This record gives sequence, C-alpha cells and structure tokens, in this order.
Amino acid sequence: MSLSEKQVSKIAYLARLSLNEVQLKDNTQDLNAIFSLVEQLANIETDGIEPMSHPLRMSQRLREDVVTEKDRSASFQSVAPKTSNGYYLVPTVIE
Amino acid sequence: MHTKTIVELSQGLKDKDFSCVELTQHYLNRINQSDLNAFITVTDELALVQAQVADDKIALGNASILTGIPYAHKDIFCTKGVKTSAGSKMLDTFVSPYDATVSQKLNQADLVMLGKTNMDEFAMGSSNENSFYGAVKNPWNRLKIPGGSSGGSAASVAGGLSCFATGTDTGGSIRQPSSLCGITGLKPTYGRISRYGMIAYASSLDQAGPMTKTAQDAAIVLNVMAGFDEKDSTSAEQKVPDYTSNLNNSIKGLTIGLPKEFFSSGLGDEVASNIMVAIKKFEAMGAIVKEVSLPNSAYAIPAYYIVAPCECSSNLSRLDGVRYGYRAKDVENLEDLYLRSRSEGFGEEVKRRIMIGTYALSAGYYDAYYLKAQKVRHLISDDFKKVFEQVDVIMGPVSPTTAFDLGSVKDPVSMYLADIYTLSANLAGLPGMSIPAGFAQNLPVGLQLIGNYWSESRLLNIAHQFQLQTDWHLKTPQEC
Repeated sequence: MSLSEKQVSKIAYLARLSLNEVQLKDNTQDLNAIFSLVEQLANIETDGIEPMSHPLRMSQRLREDVVTEKDRSASFQSVAPKTSNGYYLVPTVIE
Repeated sequence: MHTKTIVELSQGLKDKDFSCVELTQHYLNRINQSDLNAFITVTDELALVQAQVADDKIALGNASILTGIPYAHKDIFCTKGVKTSAGSKMLDTFVSPYDATVSQKLNQADLVMLGKTNMDEFAMGSSNENSFYGAVKNPWNRLKIPGGSSGGSAASVAGGLSCFATGTDTGGSIRQPSSLCGITGLKPTYGRISRYGMIAYASSLDQAGPMTKTAQDAAIVLNVMAGFDEKDSTSAEQKVPDYTSNLNNSIKGLTIGLPKEFFSSGLGDEVASNIMVAIKKFEAMGAIVKEVSLPNSAYAIPAYYIVAPCECSSNLSRLDGVRYGYRAKDVENLEDLYLRSRSEGFGEEVKRRIMIGTYALSAGYYDAYYLKAQKVRHLISDDFKKVFEQVDVIMGPVSPTTAFDLGSVKDPVSMYLADIYTLSANLAGLPGMSIPAGFAQNLPVGLQLIGNYWSESRLLNIAHQFQLQTDWHLKTPQEC
C-alpha cells in the first residue's frame, strides 16, 4: 500500500488540517513509512480473537439517570476565545 | 537540600532544620537559574503561599509525610487558575477553570507545587523535542535528550529542581525518561489513578504516575495519587493498599522472567550488560531467573501506532478554536476557522498522528487497521497472562540505548523504536517501573520491572530492596 499526495491531502482535509506543499510531501513520505511498519499486523493470525477495547476488559460503568453536575457554563465560557450572552461566537456559517 | 528524598526532607521539616518556605525558595532559585528548560510555568507566588500553609500545619503538629514537599506537575494535568498547555501552542493561553483529580489530591495533601513541567506536545514523543516551548535538556549531558514525553518532569527530579514530579505514560512516557535521566518512575495499572482532568491523548492507554528519586518515595506519592474516582469512567473500583507497608518484605524466592524478545539485536551492548549485572544482583538476593517469551511483543509498535493515533484523532477533534484554546486570526468562515486554528495550533508530530488516526478509522480501513490492532493487543495481553502464570515479575531494559543526541533522530519511525520495550505494558494495561541500574558512557541506564495487574505494591517492594543493595539511585549529575 502506498498513499499518494492526493490521498494524504484528502486525509488532512478530513482531519481539518491544511498542509503546504513541503508539508504534504514530507507527510506523504512519513505516513507511507509508518503504514509500511503497520503492514506487519496483516501477517498475524487473528481469526476468532476478540478485539481488546479496554485493557482491563471492563464494561462501561453506568450511573443513575439523574443530574449530578452543577451548571458551570459561565466558568467554562470564561476561557473561550469569543462568547456573547452564553453563546460561543464563530464566523458566519450561512450567508 | 535538593538531593534529599521525600523521606529525608520530611524529617528535616519535622526537625526544623529548615522551614518549608526556605525549602521552597531554595528550589525556586534553582529553577530560575536552571538551563534545562524543564518548566513551562513556574508558580513562584502560589508555591510560597502553599509553603507557608504547610509551615503552619507543621507548627501545629498536623503534618503528614508529604506536607510541604515541593514537587513539579506535568503540564498535562489541569490546575485551576494556572496555565495548562500540554506543551502545545493550541493551549498556550489556556488557564484551566478546574483541577484534575490528581491535582486536587496533591493539593489536599498540602504539597507545594513549584510549577508545570515541559513535555512533548499532548504527550506525543519519546525525546521531549516536540514541545512548543522547546526541547528539554538531559541534566547528565545537556547535548542529550531527557526522553519523552514526561521529559521535563524527569529532568526536574534528576536536575534537583523538584523533590519529585508527576508524569503520564501512554507508551512509556514515565519509564523511558526516568530511565534516561536516572530516576525512579512508576506507571501503575491502567485505571489505578484517575484520568479526570488529565488532557487525553489515547484514552485506553494513558495512565498517570509518580517520578521520584527512590521506590520508597514513589510508594509515598502513589498512596496519594491512587484511588477510584467516579468522575473518570475508566477509573477502577479497586481498593488502594498502603504502598509503603510491603517495602521491606524479603524478595528471596522471587521468580523473575526475562523475555528473550527484550534482549534482541536492537539492544545496545552496554545497556544489555548493565541490565544483566542488575539481574545478577537480584539472583544474589535470592531471586530465581527464568527465560520467558512474549512472542507477540514484536507487534507492539505497529499495534500502538494504530491504537494511539486513532484515539488521539478523536480526542483532539475537540480542539477546533471554538470553545477554548488557540483561535486563528482573520478567518473567512467556520471551515477556515477549524482548518487554520488546528493547522497553526498543532505541531508536526501531533498533526502526523491525527492523520494516521483519521485514515485508519475511515470507512473501508477500520477493520484492516483499528480492529486488527485491537485483536493483536489481545494477543499481546494473553502473552503476559501466560508468563505471569510462571513468574512474579518481568525484567528487562527500558530503552534500547542511553539518551541520544538532541536533534539526531529525524524520521518518525526511528523515533518510535525508542519505546520498543515499554509499549506492550500499556497495550495490556499492566504496571511497569523504571529504576536506575547503572551507567553507560556516563549516562544512566534504567531497569524495567513489569508486574501483573494491581501489583504496584510488589513492584515497589522489589525496587526498594534493589535500592537498599545498590547506589545507582543516589548518583546525581555533576552540574546539579
């Protein structure tokens, strides 16, 4: 498998990252080197092996469906780049 | 004062040899004169306030062993009212509105926080060269890396800038810098310490732990850091023992497993010989050594470099310039805001790992990469399970080499090999330690101990017994 610059450019866009020409070239080279390392995994027999999503094989702990958090929106918004009247401000989405 | 352990400083404070304010000022002076670049933020004023509170408690006879001990906190833990950057431009202006559970616990123990330590951006790195705030230097040789990602923490302890430090270990980030800087580092079992308020890199791998001068100090700090936290859904409901209570147990009859895969061709000769001398020391103390095999450990690097980037691409998607962190200037529209904030805010290694994860999780590739890596992870974990039916502890090197030159490793794949012996414990969720075990070309060599789940107490006991018989942990760099 070998990723082209066009494919890497698309991956970057999906991750909402922009790359200039030099970065695109370097990243294509690096990602191909990394994925050729990862290709080793294909040689391992894993039929019938369960994927291990949790290192302790624990299931998600549940809690009562009740509100436990206090309203801390004001303190959380105090570190936002731009807010107004309890809303986060971003550039216009729809003209 | 800066060469003393927690136990020694605590005694000094109790005996009124020095006050906590004097002790704190001593460390602050050292930090401010240091050239190691170990700190991102120094909290001078806060530290002196905390020191005065500690002095008052000591005067009233309300002190614990940790009261007034100055420590350094990795900049990945949220600290209320103090900048928490995770080594990234993205969070350069972020002042957390809340404390991580670990920060809260350390505050409640009346410790003195000297500042926040430098680290590879979002804990991604093995050399501490990926920080927005510049590389950290190794106190043993300023041309060498301190290891990553908790390199600032390791350098601060080794360089006498703090008595101990906190660290986090996703693929070896406590053990590897501890090894390269000649200190004691413990990564507990996954879920042992709360991850709440610890800026997430790879959620199923990240684990916090203490970085100290000795195993005894690590036990004392772990007593405070460990415990169930309902705010962290990955925290384990497991009773916390007193980690200092078994330190003096005999290790006679201990069975040590040496995985043959940890002594392969990539291991430096001088590192290998130091490790073997350390193993002989354990034999002389009555331990029995067996060769064991972890056949799938060779796949730990490829499995890790799928699992961790997949989780990081998800965790770091929240950093988009909208709610907190860096926001690009003069953007045209919302998409431009996302694109430019993330492109300008993240460093190269972070971008690389986000892209690996984005690709590996994309439609059509999920089964071939992420699912496959999680299955291989299961095989790696089963290898350990089988080995722990035969032995009490696994030992081997932490790192294939001693600290390498700053700027000498250019390509990411070569850099990823630095964690070859540490990654498998993270994938399995097992506890691991690095303890000083010798020197090669005047640079420290660390011995790795890997234990079964929840065996931190046993690991600390084994490490402490080794440190009673050796003096590697007492060595300090000349210029420090």
